[in-house]
Amino acid sequence: MEFILAILIGILFTAAVYLILSRSLLKVILGTGLLSHGAHLLILTMGGLGGSAPPVLIDGVTDFADPLPQALILTAIVISFGVTAVMLVMAYRMYAVHQTDNMNELRGNDEHD
Amino acid sequence: MINLLLFPIIIPFFFAMILLFFKEQVVVQRVLTLIGLALSLVASFWLIATVKTEGIQTVTLGSWPAPFGITMVSDMFSAMLVTTTIIITFFVVIYSFSSIGVERERFFYYPAILFMITGINGAFTTGDIFNMFVFFEVLLIASYLLIVLGGEKRQLRESIKYILVNVISSAIFVIAVAYLYSIIGTLNMADISVKIAEINQPGIISVIAILFLIVFGIKGAIFPLYFWLPNSYAAPPIPVLALFGALLTKVGVYAITRTYTLFFVHDIGFTHQFLMVLSLLTIIAGCIGALAYFDLKQIIIYNIIIAVGVILFGVAQMNTSGLEGAVYYLIHDMLIKGALFVLIGIIIYVTGTSNLREMGGLIKTHGTLGWTYLIAAFGLAGIPPLSGFIGKVLITKGAFEADHVIGSIIILASSLVVLLSVIRIFIYAFWGTQKNELPVRDQRTYRHMMFPAIMLVLITVAYGVGAEWLMPYMTDAADVLTDPSIYINAVLKE
Repeated sequence: MEFILAILIGILFTAAVYLILSRSLLKVILGTGLLSHGAHLLILTMGGLGGSAPPVLIDGVTDFADPLPQALILTAIVISFGVTAVMLVMAYRMYAVHQTDNMNELRGNDEHD
Repeated sequence: MINLLLFPIIIPFFFAMILLFFKEQVVVQRVLTLIGLALSLVASFWLIATVKTEGIQTVTLGSWPAPFGITMVSDMFSAMLVTTTIIITFFVVIYSFSSIGVERERFFYYPAILFMITGINGAFTTGDIFNMFVFFEVLLIASYLLIVLGGEKRQLRESIKYILVNVISSAIFVIAVAYLYSIIGTLNMADISVKIAEINQPGIISVIAILFLIVFGIKGAIFPLYFWLPNSYAAPPIPVLALFGALLTKVGVYAITRTYTLFFVHDIGFTHQFLMVLSLLTIIAGCIGALAYFDLKQIIIYNIIIAVGVILFGVAQMNTSGLEGAVYYLIHDMLIKGALFVLIGIIIYVTGTSNLREMGGLIKTHGTLGWTYLIAAFGLAGIPPLSGFIGKVLITKGAFEADHVIGSIIILASSLVVLLSVIRIFIYAFWGTQKNELPVRDQRTYRHMMFPAIMLVLITVAYGVGAEWLMPYMTDAADVLTDPSIYINAVLKE
């Protein structure tokens, strides 16, 4: 199971890097979404999968899942969800002001204004 | 007062939430912000006194015993950084009253600042690596609001890049924590330190060390990863720039210092050598940038990068003098960068431009501004007895003790470049003849802006002249960094 998840995480990272390197701002934002999903799955995998019982202390249960990575993912998912929402709003405002979503046209510093 | 160390985090948070209800009443917002910051300042001074007399303070949230629950730890290093953060914010907030404009103040400017302080103080205080990620996000999300507040064309363009860089670095942070957890199986920083010592840092831990260096290096702007900083920081108005320049990069520097003195101390030949080379390259890159521009903001922004390099070079020495110097220089740099950004904000306000070529002759009309700026510039470059000097002396002393002669020469040479870059501002802006007619400015606003600037410069002067009295505190801070067992015993004692 860990092996399959590792491949899945790899695919997610690949897709994320591809999207982040593209020119369209919307695709870049989708890429960051995929990147954080990959990172979340990585935490889950790194904590060790498996365990036949839920992580509740009962006598006789030894093979249970590690609850900590799940708590960490919960936090990380909420954060990435919020940040993605902020980014989408900001990208929309930027599109409204600059009339473009092409990252190549958003370069420059003060002297170019 | 067992919860004392949480006060500098909770008080700004509480006041920020209260402020959300007073969106339109700008005066109420200003007063409440000042009250909140003053209360946090009192709490943080109290915290320093407590840490000095009773040693490291810890709180385990929910009373879970140390390696299992979330621990907040306040040693002298973090307590002093928390205090410095609040001092700078206090004066920058006073400065914003007359400079940021009512429009921005109505759109949650002060709550955003207070939320950012919550995140920064939390990141300084936390003793749990994942909790540090959470507090990083708190301060980053508040900074996303601050950098885009106002919605000018340039702000929107630069803030979207700022957010992208930080989102990607946050993802790498999560990845690094995941790897660390899979190998060490704990998140408590003291416990991580113990467990890494038990397995004596195999190669994979060094890989994680570099991964952490990349994450914190993006936030703290070290050599190859500082590319985003100059443009992004130039976009928001001056008070926001002052807060960012003084505080945000220093959180990254603090995180590198903490992890590299607490976790990854068993393979110094690799990790710290790597850090040292990068910090020297950071200094060189910053020097090139500081000399290349004729724009006030850019010159000081590149000086942030130089300072990051100097502090991390001190950390990379891993001996008492080097770390003491790094602590001293870190706080010096926060104060002086706050003061300098405020001062150049006033210069820009007075002249109406940030281009050095269009200025001149200000010393005749604005004498106080000129002399205050000169003192701040000397302090930044490290002319004795001002505060930059002592930190650099300690760092170079540490480097000579560790036989890194070339590094210390680069540090000393960089002081000259720093001096040149800031004196150039003085020569172009204050000497010579007036090139353009100065725009008409309200003298009362000018005086209101000068007050926080002069206060900040006075604090830096006192910080340098009073170094003798501050040294016991610096030694306490450096002791924790040189000897991780002090930190571990304080956290895991029960």
